[in-house]
Amino acid sequence: MPHIDVELERLREKLLEMWDLVEHQLTSGREAVMNADHELSQRIIKLERKVNSFDLKIDRMCENFFALFTPVAVDLRTVLAILKINTNLERIGDTAEGMARFACKLDRPFDPELVELTNVMVMYDEALVMFNECRTAFKSEDPKLAKQIIKRDKALNKIYRKSDVVIGKYLQNNPDRIPEGLALLSIIKKLERVGDQVTNMAEEIIFYREAKVVKHRKKKKKKE
Amino acid sequence: MNIKHSKLEAINLDAYYGDFHALKSINIAMEEKAVTAFIGPSGCGKSTFLRTFNRMNDYIDGFRIEGQILLDGRDIYTDDVRVDELRKEVGMVFQKPNPFPKTIYENVVYGLRIQGIKDKKILQETCEKSLQQAALWNEVKDKLDKSALALSGGQQQRLCIARALAIQPSVILMDEPASALDPISTAKIEDLIYELKKDYTIVIVTHNMQQAGRVSDHTAFFYMGELVEYAKTKTMFTSPKDTRTQNYITGRFG
Ligand SMILES: Nc1ncnc2c1ncn2[C@@H]1O[C@H](COP(=O)(O)OP(=O)(O)O)[C@@H](O)[C@H]1O
Ligand SMILES: [Mg+2]
Repeated sequence: MPHIDVELERLREKLLEMWDLVEHQLTSGREAVMNADHELSQRIIKLERKVNSFDLKIDRMCENFFALFTPVAVDLRTVLAILKINTNLERIGDTAEGMARFACKLDRPFDPELVELTNVMVMYDEALVMFNECRTAFKSEDPKLAKQIIKRDKALNKIYRKSDVVIGKYLQNNPDRIPEGLALLSIIKKLERVGDQVTNMAEEIIFYREAKVVKHRKKKKKKE
Repeated sequence: MNIKHSKLEAINLDAYYGDFHALKSINIAMEEKAVTAFIGPSGCGKSTFLRTFNRMNDYIDGFRIEGQILLDGRDIYTDDVRVDELRKEVGMVFQKPNPFPKTIYENVVYGLRIQGIKDKKILQETCEKSLQQAALWNEVKDKLDKSALALSGGQQQRLCIARALAIQPSVILMDEPASALDPISTAKIEDLIYELKKDYTIVIVTHNMQQAGRVSDHTAFFYMGELVEYAKTKTMFTSPKDTRTQNYITGRFG
């Protein structure tokens, strides 16, 4: 394998490691929120530092790669995509941490009725699926899958848009549960952000794969 | 790609060394007062193509072309074109600096002397102006009567550029002008190219991808005698269309 490919592979591996770490944060976050699990929340919050150090490490690796290999074409687009995906992963990590902080403040799990009405868990699961599929799309360099992911974000937005009305009504009927309702609203907002961030990452995958228009290959196909 | 004013143009150009088909139906138009870079693996025909623009290949036995080369829209291979006149329009700088074993001054004014210009004032003025343009004046103004061979490699190359500029061409062809130079001298040549394109149309052959990226507006990628891809340099180095181009510029050839 050419030296430049060895380095690119190292970068990709590092990013996938970070992806796993943030996935762990997000998945645990679901449990922590569902069960108002303070201990688990604390662990998620602690992971933030580890995610940050991955972020710095990947930034530095990209910087070195630019300086030493002066990449062009698909190599250049790959490293640019890795840089941007890295930033988005770090932010999703922040978001997971933020949700864990809300879970910490809960003294009991959310009212199942409120959970049902808002569809928050459907939203959470959808965000997790998007997040995981995006990892697959990056790993297998699959812009088609990336495009499907972007479409899925609509479902999250739909739930998000309805949430304030639903929660508003719920709070009218349950005025003693205002902090709970507001916490849930914040979590829904954060999940909507996760959807946007995953969408950004999916766009990066399409950018770096598809700017590579392989005219030469097309020509060959025509002849066949 | 959109060329506003085509200074040089090749139309269905084929070139042969005897039976060897060195250039295969090349079509390209090059922008006036811009830098066009030719890139591609050794032996792909870059130098051959570059030399068709000042008819340097004419000297080679068995060399012939089919098709047309236009300078300012005029075919330069018709019988009424005088090669010495053409060379005044189209200057050339080579890979290895090749000053004559004469003084710095005589090197710069060499082309003018050949043209029969004897007026001392004209010669001196042209000498200074050309050395200024070649960013060499300050370094040599006190030793114009010293041998050009005492200059460093980078200075010699700028002297050769000054020599080319002295005959006031409108096109300068450069065949790997910096490949024998150290990084500092290379940077000076690159800065110079950047300055010169305000007034000249420059075509440069280079093996250094970053150099093509830094100095050129347009890049043409050649492979085995074919023009594979021709695009804005920015486009070429971010999203080349052809896999052969991509493999070459990313260093993954073969
Ligand atoms: N004087 C010549 N006689 C025969 N073949 C030549 C001559 N000069 C170049 N060639 C051949 O033409 C091809 C293109 O050469 P050239 O234009 O020098 O390539 P490049 O500058 O891209 O390295 C090569 O295969 C080379 O061997
Ligand atoms: Mg050559």
